[in-house]
Amino acid sequence: MSDNAPTHVKNVPVTLDAGELRTEAKQADEADDVACARAPIGLLAELTHRCPLQCPYCSNPLELERANTELTTEDWQKVMREAAALGILQIHLSGGEPTLRRDLVDIVKTASECGLYTNLITAAVTMKRDQLEQLKEAGLDHVQISIQDVDTAAENADRIAGYKGGSEKKKIVAGWVRELGLPLTINAPIHRHNVYNVENIINYAVALDAGRVEIAHVQYYAWALKNRAALMPTREQFNEAAKIVERKREELKGVLVIDAVVPDYYAKYPKPCMGGWGRGIINVTPSGQVLPCHAAESIKGLEFDSVRDKPLGEIWLFGSAFQKYRGTDWMKEPCRSCPRREIDYGGCRCQAFALTGDAANTDPACSLSPLHEQWANVAEVESHQPSPDFVYRRMGGSAPKTPAQKTPEPSDA
Amino acid sequence: MADAVPRTRAIIDAATRPVIPPYIKLRHDEGRGRWHILAPERIFEPDDTAVEVLKLCDGERSVGDIANVLAKEYNAPQEEILGDISAMLQDLADKGVVKA
Repeated sequence: MSDNAPTHVKNVPVTLDAGELRTEAKQADEADDVACARAPIGLLAELTHRCPLQCPYCSNPLELERANTELTTEDWQKVMREAAALGILQIHLSGGEPTLRRDLVDIVKTASECGLYTNLITAAVTMKRDQLEQLKEAGLDHVQISIQDVDTAAENADRIAGYKGGSEKKKIVAGWVRELGLPLTINAPIHRHNVYNVENIINYAVALDAGRVEIAHVQYYAWALKNRAALMPTREQFNEAAKIVERKREELKGVLVIDAVVPDYYAKYPKPCMGGWGRGIINVTPSGQVLPCHAAESIKGLEFDSVRDKPLGEIWLFGSAFQKYRGTDWMKEPCRSCPRREIDYGGCRCQAFALTGDAANTDPACSLSPLHEQWANVAEVESHQPSPDFVYRRMGGSAPKTPAQKTPEPSDA
Repeated sequence: MADAVPRTRAIIDAATRPVIPPYIKLRHDEGRGRWHILAPERIFEPDDTAVEVLKLCDGERSVGDIANVLAKEYNAPQEEILGDISAMLQDLADKGVVKA
């Protein structure tokens, strides 16, 4: 948080969804005093992995769950009741594209009746006005719409998402959201094909009457890792974007809240992934698997429980995957004796596993990792080479095709 | 790009009548024994003073009225309270928790 005014309210430093960090790391003494000491505060409900978009930075796992394995309406309603009983405060209804679930209204209604704060994270392109009205009626609290670029760069936006007409539809739906009096967040994943447009994206969020915008640099896990060379901005581009964010925060104070997610390749310290493993956030997959983070299935050897078999609270407290990397006891050096061990929790376990073969190793995003230099150099090299074609994310498509036509990419920031 | 909507920062003074918009939820959390402000993808922990003030933000009372109520309740100088809660409400308005 940039505001240091004398404050009587404290930000709870673990508002996350889709694995993206929203707030900066807090001091260790402060971290001990958060609401989530014993119970999670947020639940990321991935209602389905189906999605009409084909974004090259998709945050869903490499293995998508099929529609016929998805939880039933009753299953999700049970999850909502158990979540509220466990002490969860906010539900992030995500996907894939959550509005493709025909029972979304019923799920929102139950969550709302349980006192949960409901947040819909949507690509918006399949949204219908009456569906949004019903969701509001059911108690929906907030809508987050992702965009790929501004409306005057619709062609670029639609190319990135692999969905013709998407940019225009998102704008229409954003208008409905505000007409219905719902608060709106615009989420903009940032990469080399739009990083030069960050200021316009922020202005566009204001024009759409959003209260909040996320300048969310792509995180290079799962599918996004396949497209790293096509997406990674240069350090100079990243620095320029960061300066713009700081300036706009001042300029738009009280008008638009701007949250920024840093690409960890260019960060000083690793991210406290999910605010610490099994600490504040719980994730339920479309088929009911309960994960400490949406990418946790990429770590081989972890075993996950299902909401079909056990209560959510039991899984949170005693599930072996949650126990495995919770707290600091699992740490090896250099994490174990590090003064930042309860600030960044050794970074991202999934990234540590993917790059070192052991999830208990220090995340290579940390300068103390022996792999750090080599890893950080990858960004330097790739970001200065011409962008290869995107490998689009297509449900069920194991052989990705390159796009038919390619919009020329602006060569500078 | 769409034309910029002329939105400006709300500046809190004694005459402002702050209100909590419907999508901001001030809730007592029984399990944790504390209050939370639930906001779009954010959670805030208000201290006791902030909770007192927020409960009085009904869109009818002005900041001055709220200061009067608290001055009586706590037997403290009104001007001092006014200064303190104006700063607090400005912070809350900037966070989107109250509207002027």
